[in-house]
Amino acid sequence: MVEAINDAFHVELARDDSVMVMGEDVGRAGGVFRATAGLRERFGENRCVDTPLAEAGILGTAVGLCMAGWRPVCEMQYDAFSYPCLDQLITHVGRYHWRTGGGMEFPLVVRMPYGGGVRAPELHDDSPETYYVHTPGVKVAIPSTPADAKGLLAAAIRDPDPVVVLEPKLIYRTERAEVPDGEHVVPLGKARLAREGSDLTLVAYGAMVPLCERVAEALAGEASVEVLDLRTLKPLDEDSLLASAAKTGRVVIVQEAPRTAGFGAEVAAILAEKAILDLQGPVLRVTGYDVPYPYWKVEDAYMPSVARVLDAARRLLAF
Amino acid sequence: MKVAPGEPDLRRVIDEEREVEGLGEQELLDLYRSLVLLRTYDERSLVYHRQGRIGTYAIFWNHEAMQAGSVHALADEDWIFPSYRESAIGLLRGIPASTILHWWRGHPAGWWNPADYNVASIAVPIASQVPHAAGLAWGKKLHGETAAAIVYFGDGATSEGAFHEGANFAAVMDAPLILFCNNNQWAISTPVEAQTRAETLAAKAAGYGIPALRVDGGDVLAVYEATREAVERGRAGGGPTFIEALSYRAAPHATADDPRVYIDLEKVEAEKQNECVGRYERYLRRLGFLDDARVDEVKTEALETMKRGIAEAEAEPDPDVGLVFEHAYANPPASFARDLAELRRVLGGERG
Repeated sequence: MVEAINDAFHVELARDDSVMVMGEDVGRAGGVFRATAGLRERFGENRCVDTPLAEAGILGTAVGLCMAGWRPVCEMQYDAFSYPCLDQLITHVGRYHWRTGGGMEFPLVVRMPYGGGVRAPELHDDSPETYYVHTPGVKVAIPSTPADAKGLLAAAIRDPDPVVVLEPKLIYRTERAEVPDGEHVVPLGKARLAREGSDLTLVAYGAMVPLCERVAEALAGEASVEVLDLRTLKPLDEDSLLASAAKTGRVVIVQEAPRTAGFGAEVAAILAEKAILDLQGPVLRVTGYDVPYPYWKVEDAYMPSVARVLDAARRLLAF
Repeated sequence: MKVAPGEPDLRRVIDEEREVEGLGEQELLDLYRSLVLLRTYDERSLVYHRQGRIGTYAIFWNHEAMQAGSVHALADEDWIFPSYRESAIGLLRGIPASTILHWWRGHPAGWWNPADYNVASIAVPIASQVPHAAGLAWGKKLHGETAAAIVYFGDGATSEGAFHEGANFAAVMDAPLILFCNNNQWAISTPVEAQTRAETLAAKAAGYGIPALRVDGGDVLAVYEATREAVERGRAGGGPTFIEALSYRAAPHATADDPRVYIDLEKVEAEKQNECVGRYERYLRRLGFLDDARVDEVKTEALETMKRGIAEAEAEPDPDVGLVFEHAYANPPASFARDLAELRRVLGGERG
């Protein structure tokens, strides 16, 4: 997946002179995950910029760069290191277009590796999507396949609004698949049916999508399971969600973020508001817990697992 | 690069009876017009607030010299990043008074497109605009343009992380940025001694490798001269400059504040006696560029501008509820149209 992200950068920077990449260690090192490898050499130090270690400064400066006509793509080195940038995101990035009466656009991208399961030190494992989704004026995309990682990043770069792209680092190197060559754009706001089924829908995004596919596989012969990959959390593809719920009548939402007011709660609320007559049972959630992300000797117990999702699916099927 | 710590003494022009090279009678009078316009805007706004015609208002009385002096040292291509203390600074770039009054009236007609005036939106969270200005100055430089940027903030802002990150970014990127600190010695009720252990705020600049100038903030010509020096340095590739303009806040922080419980009223009185518009007026009279008739003419002109401004603002109809949704996104989600339709239906029902 990380090679697909790098490919997207090479294509988009070559396509549009106003696109620039900035962040900690993105230039000389090519990023700690190598997502920006080769960009500084190919496009120069002004279009792939090693910044001071200052997440709020990176995003705040990007606001000014937009005003000067640039399309900055800001890397936050890790999920939990992005929190200082929330200040700028909430107070300015999501508001500036509105504040100018639509006069100026702020086509910036914030992207970061996110999520757990990688045996990393504290604060390298968070799933912060709700903070971003809850911020008016920004959009949020999360790929689960290499092709989508390339296509959603390209869409984010081309979008006139600020877009946050969260990249599931658990599958950065494990998800390997063909990626379209050259320009490849996956439109924001369109979910992907990762697997078709008729008895139950697993709704997921990011690293939880391949997990749900394994669950569907494990249930083969027992039930026909659909897996819906949301791909964009905001704007959400409600039509695809409601269509799948109407088809199967049973929905389990899987997210690795803490449960309370997590994105799964939003999905469940939409189903309660708009799909109540289609549902054959309660909407269930399999999530992380409302605790700090655990140290890695015990992280597997926190992360939604095949066993936990299977358990929820079977409970719902038996309801 | 070696940078000396900020100057200990304040630069002055008016009290030293000096003249600023390159400023003739016309430029000096233009500067006076700007000062009076800002002063009039501020004094009228306080009245409008008391009359219930605008909302809460951040007073900038006696900050006019810092604002007009620095703006006059800029070229039109240079960008201004105001905080709420500089809410009316755009008047000096042609933003209509009605637009700024709308902002304080909570009406979306108070929006403007920064690119039309090279004046960014008014920043409310303290110091949060500093990185924007750093990014703009850096971004212009990357495009090979010569434009500089100036960002305004108060003494309290130098305690904020955003100030630090923005100043450091600008310094590292050699961005042509003027960090203009209006040190009026109070952040609402917190005195500057409670913000920092540094002897001066200018001293902080050395840590970023940025040169710093200190000026008498009530001396419009000293402000002008210092800003011009900073802009020239920035344009020549010398990077950012920090300017500390010192004054003593002689008015409340805002209309909702009563400073009598915390401020030194003797110092306020002394500052009022030496307020910046009168100081400059007396200077121009000594030079023979200003007489009673000219003073009246300039004041009348400014009052007319405000009269027109408030009349235009009050003539503006209330915004349509569609503006709740409009402009939140350049490319809005489909749900907005549904939400707006439902809102209109419910509001329509209420009216019926």
